[in-house]
Amino acid sequence: MTDLDQFRADTRQWLEGNCPPEMRQPVRSEKDVCWGGRRAVYQPGQKEWMDAMASRGWTVPDWPTQYGGGGLSPAEAKVLKEEMAAIGARNPLSSFGISMLGPALLKYGTEEQKLDHLPKIARGEIRWCQGYSEPNAGSDLAGLATSAEDAGDHYIVNGQKVWTSYADKADWIFCLVRTSKQSKQGGISFVLFDMESEGVSTRPILLISGYSPFCETFFDNVKVPKANRVHDENKGWDVAKYLLGHEREMISGMGLGQGTGGNPLIEGAIATIGLDESGRLADPMLRAAIAEFDVRARAFSAMSERFIDELKAGRAHPAQPSMMKYVGTELNKQRHELVMAAGGSDALEWESEGSNGGAKARAWLRTKANSIEGGTSEIQLGIIAKRILELPGA
Amino acid sequence: MPLYLNDEQAMLRDTARDFVGTEAPVGHLRALRDAKDPTGFSRDLWRQFAEMGFTGIVVPEDQGGLGLGHVEAGVVMEEIGRNLSPSPFLTTAVAAVAGLKSTAHADTWFPRIVAGDAVIALAIDESAKHTGRVEMTAERSGNGFRLTGTKRFVHHAHVADLILVAARTENGETVFAVDPKAAGLAADPRRLADASLASEVRFDGVAVDADAVVGEVDGGRAVLNRILGAARTAAAAELVGVGAGAMDMTTAYLKERKQFGQVIGSFQALQHRAAHLYSEMEVARAAVLKAQQLLDAGDPRAAEATMVAKAMTGLATTLSVQEGIQMHGGIGMTDDYDIGFYMKRARVLAEMFGDAGHHADALARANGY
Repeated sequence: MTDLDQFRADTRQWLEGNCPPEMRQPVRSEKDVCWGGRRAVYQPGQKEWMDAMASRGWTVPDWPTQYGGGGLSPAEAKVLKEEMAAIGARNPLSSFGISMLGPALLKYGTEEQKLDHLPKIARGEIRWCQGYSEPNAGSDLAGLATSAEDAGDHYIVNGQKVWTSYADKADWIFCLVRTSKQSKQGGISFVLFDMESEGVSTRPILLISGYSPFCETFFDNVKVPKANRVHDENKGWDVAKYLLGHEREMISGMGLGQGTGGNPLIEGAIATIGLDESGRLADPMLRAAIAEFDVRARAFSAMSERFIDELKAGRAHPAQPSMMKYVGTELNKQRHELVMAAGGSDALEWESEGSNGGAKARAWLRTKANSIEGGTSEIQLGIIAKRILELPGA
Repeated sequence: MPLYLNDEQAMLRDTARDFVGTEAPVGHLRALRDAKDPTGFSRDLWRQFAEMGFTGIVVPEDQGGLGLGHVEAGVVMEEIGRNLSPSPFLTTAVAAVAGLKSTAHADTWFPRIVAGDAVIALAIDESAKHTGRVEMTAERSGNGFRLTGTKRFVHHAHVADLILVAARTENGETVFAVDPKAAGLAADPRRLADASLASEVRFDGVAVDADAVVGEVDGGRAVLNRILGAARTAAAAELVGVGAGAMDMTTAYLKERKQFGQVIGSFQALQHRAAHLYSEMEVARAAVLKAQQLLDAGDPRAAEATMVAKAMTGLATTLSVQEGIQMHGGIGMTDDYDIGFYMKRARVLAEMFGDAGHHADALARANGY
């Protein structure tokens, strides 16, 4: 038995003994996702599962152990993922700390910043939000205006962010601020601060889904210690871009669909429409659309596996996350269009208990932001064209 | 196992790219077509394939081959696709070897395949669209069988040394290895749009001995599945090569062609289309490698992964060749320019062993809808 086989056997046994049965159910809505944080409200089993995994560093399997990670090799991390998938185990903790800030801190943070923030992310103690977009800086992100004025050992931050996901539920923010007007990209710094700081306020934005996952966030003379700046002053754009690559990876994962148990799209279609005498979905046009979608979704799943393997081996093109983000989000939008078509009028219900409070319709509407947030599909296509295909700028 | 080529496989790719690109670039196909070559490929080239060891790529080492897998065969297929090189590699060195492996025929045919002395054709389809169903009959007769029926879209049949053919027997299906010179067998080759030659093969009571059976009588479905699994994955890999070749030509053209005083590749409308195409091809390439790895591992998920690979490459490469001609503009419509050859080859390969619709349907059935 190789070391990896042994690791697989041990992992399988440990997961079997530690993953609560509730955490082996497919993720059916946003509420089933564990985000952690000071004000987290946990479902049964959620906290035990998160804590058990965190005790082994497996909420962040490939981070170094001194920062709360599992210190696993790429091959071991893949085995862990496969074994979790095999029992339908939910992700113990999803957070912007894990998917976005963590990788940026690992690359650009000081030792003190890493030791201060990473273990709390790994244990789900602090929930982070991202202060990037502004009312006048969307696709043109580097045009941001939120100012950070030098006040000796700290900055005074003033301005407004928008589309700040879960700002009203987050404990800390990683934020892009302008420390110089001399240069557009070269005048941006990357800072971290507590959302309970004096002068921070948030206002949820009601979306077409009827939910408010995004906020407007206001900064009114917020005092931020300079020790909370990541990387050099005016070098924040490097950190921002690096982090965006990871954000795009995370969003691209949506193309894979939620959870691991079964296929809700196909099960839903069979439940609503039924099968004909030959065992085929009784709506042939919809069946064809779902089948082609299934081909694309499975091919993308292979692409996702390949991308992660290449990334871990340092073989991925640096702009490849843009391709993943583009394909993954367009697929996710398509998936939800098909879920709606398969559900017919049932899927249109907005409030009823039977519809789980309009879960399908609201999730469908939510996905429309996928190809906008984290850089629009058009921005991604532009990046692919210029950086991968090396087509000239206009 | 990571889902990318390992160092040895990457080295093989470089060797194959160099070899096929030098010995059989698109100009090689053009020359054969213009000469109305009656064989459909160059026998000299096929012998060179043997000298390189490619003909024995999936033949076990103890039978004189390289003992490699579908991933490595796919590496060679992709370069064949990129250069549109006509050869019997897919049918002979990949699919037939998969079918004959561990049967009594291996000892006879593997040395000839490895040496580049044999061409093997696959007689599977019976209608213009691939269905996977077998209607042709093989009736017991004396010590053997009599085969009656018609097979279509059989590449290389008119020059083959052996034809693998599936027929219905009493309690199932059986695959036979038939000598194309047998009495009652007639191959009628037709030139296709891509200049390849595929035959309608008529079996008019063709008598074969019992030892013509590949594997077990009535056990042909397993043999056919091995042949089709290998053939579909190989065709998918070739499609990736065709799509990638067309995309590279198109991207190069976008950087060179000027209109309105600038290279057309600087226009956002074309950049976005090119970037979308790149994305589709990347996804298709990953799907193919996944299917090849699962096949090599003997993993039962290989069957569905192969459907995904063949369907996805059909979709992506069809897009690639269409965008190729559109973005080339008028010159893309001329016979002088190579991009049209890519479109023709892509259409033939998309149809071969089941098109995207066939495999999407199969995937749906396999998943209970």
